[in-house]
Amino acid sequence: MTIEEVQNEIIDEFSMFEDWEERYQYMIDLGKTLPLIDEKYKTEDNIIKGCQSKVWVHADMEGDKINFTADSDAIITKGIIAILIRAFSNQHPKNIIEANTDFIDKIGLKEHLSPTRANGLVSMIKQIKLYAIAYQTQLN
Amino acid sequence: MSTAQKHIAFDVENIRQDFPILNRKVNGKPLIYFDNAATSQTPQQVIDVIVDYYTNYNANIHRGVHSLSQEATDAYEQARIKIQKHFNAKHTHEIIYTSGTTHGINLVANGFSSLLKKGDEIIVSALEHHSNIVPWQMLCERTGANLKVIPMNENGELILSEFDSLLNENTKLVFVNHISNALGTINPIEEIIAKAHNVGAAILIDGAQSCPHIKPDVQALDVDFYVCSAHKMCGPTGVGILYGKEDWLKKLPPYQGGGEMIAEVSFEKTTYADLPHKFEAGTPNICGGIAFGAAIDYMNSIGFENIAAYENELLDYATEQLQHIEGLKIYGTAKEKTSVISFNVGTIHPYDIGTILDKMGIAVRTGHHCAQPIMDFYKIPGTIRASFMFYNTKEEIDTFIASLKKAILMLS
Repeated sequence: MTIEEVQNEIIDEFSMFEDWEERYQYMIDLGKTLPLIDEKYKTEDNIIKGCQSKVWVHADMEGDKINFTADSDAIITKGIIAILIRAFSNQHPKNIIEANTDFIDKIGLKEHLSPTRANGLVSMIKQIKLYAIAYQTQLN
Repeated sequence: MSTAQKHIAFDVENIRQDFPILNRKVNGKPLIYFDNAATSQTPQQVIDVIVDYYTNYNANIHRGVHSLSQEATDAYEQARIKIQKHFNAKHTHEIIYTSGTTHGINLVANGFSSLLKKGDEIIVSALEHHSNIVPWQMLCERTGANLKVIPMNENGELILSEFDSLLNENTKLVFVNHISNALGTINPIEEIIAKAHNVGAAILIDGAQSCPHIKPDVQALDVDFYVCSAHKMCGPTGVGILYGKEDWLKKLPPYQGGGEMIAEVSFEKTTYADLPHKFEAGTPNICGGIAFGAAIDYMNSIGFENIAAYENELLDYATEQLQHIEGLKIYGTAKEKTSVISFNVGTIHPYDIGTILDKMGIAVRTGHHCAQPIMDFYKIPGTIRASFMFYNTKEEIDTFIASLKKAILMLS
């Protein structure tokens, strides 16, 4: 699936929820399914800045596609990363760089995009794109 | 006074009418504002003063010959007198307007740069906000003085016997907050001030958290410097005061250069203005100063004794209810504390609980509360902090407890 197709799938899933409670319960459940980062990558260097909770993201290249793993000490944050990773993992770096992130807004998580929000969603997206840029440079 | 009588004397429903923001909804739910230790809400009486200033007499103050300037100057200086009386300072010129507590601390720290030498000692407490740690670290770097810390016990109380052992003839300055922002501990500042003076040290008290709850008498306390912010006590942001004893303020050099703080200027030499203007360079927050005066009037109209009694009731009520929640741990259980409750539930991250509570219209603070040394002491990343003001109610606490239980259920 393309990034856009995955994003549409996520939008469809979230459209079934009637209220914030169902949405957040789903995010919390998603947080529990997050592909966890190898402990050896949970270093100070890998912590994403700008988060009230700790967030680590790691990227590996398999063939010409990137796989992301991550972790956080807060479960809602884990849920948010799980959504991001589902959209961007197993994709070509070029597509990750070009992808837009409007779907976050469409699934009712716009509030987490605010730069003042302490969860650092913006920083997470930035980090994912930086990994993609770095691997794209290697491919070139 | 019996509890029933107190309720009659304190009509919280009537008081709530003064705060328009308390009528709004957040995420579709009535706002429950429990982040008062970060900033308090503003009553209509203060909002009206702000609107009146910009509507009717906005002008730059001092030295203006025109009427508007005169009116603004009068209102600004009248507010200074109100503030002086509130804190019972001996002289009006001992009240220096600042942009807030942090500014006041930095002003004093900067002033002491020229008074300290290598080997001098500065003592702070383990309960300090970052704003009362960093300026002193910077001062130590500049002067070669050493920073010492009064440790705290598990309850979040300062260990005064340790303070005794830190004091000596090299101690030049002591800085302690009146009330801890992270834990709510009320420090025994009378004793701390006396001990500091016994070795000839100057003492600054950070009153940011105490001024909304306690009316300090700076002369009775015999404190050298006292700082606070208007926005914690129903006033606007961006304004506060530094109280300093006249002798100390005369000794300290000016902090910033600019207009207002000079007597005469030539390229060869500038002489500085008298107190308080020596420390008030540039156009100040005129409206903020006037509104600060209005906020003090407002709080005094309710009465600090009434405020303290009612807030203590809220604190006891909430503490009692929270203790019934399984796995909940309260940090900061000092005998003397104000209406601040810092807590965690099991291994749930404070951020998760704060996020879910926000969805239910409840504003609390989560994180390290700019007091990382305290979090390190308890070996936790942060806490959830609920802090109450006199306009909060037991019904709001009931809703908060029910919402918290729901959040815990969702997150477990």
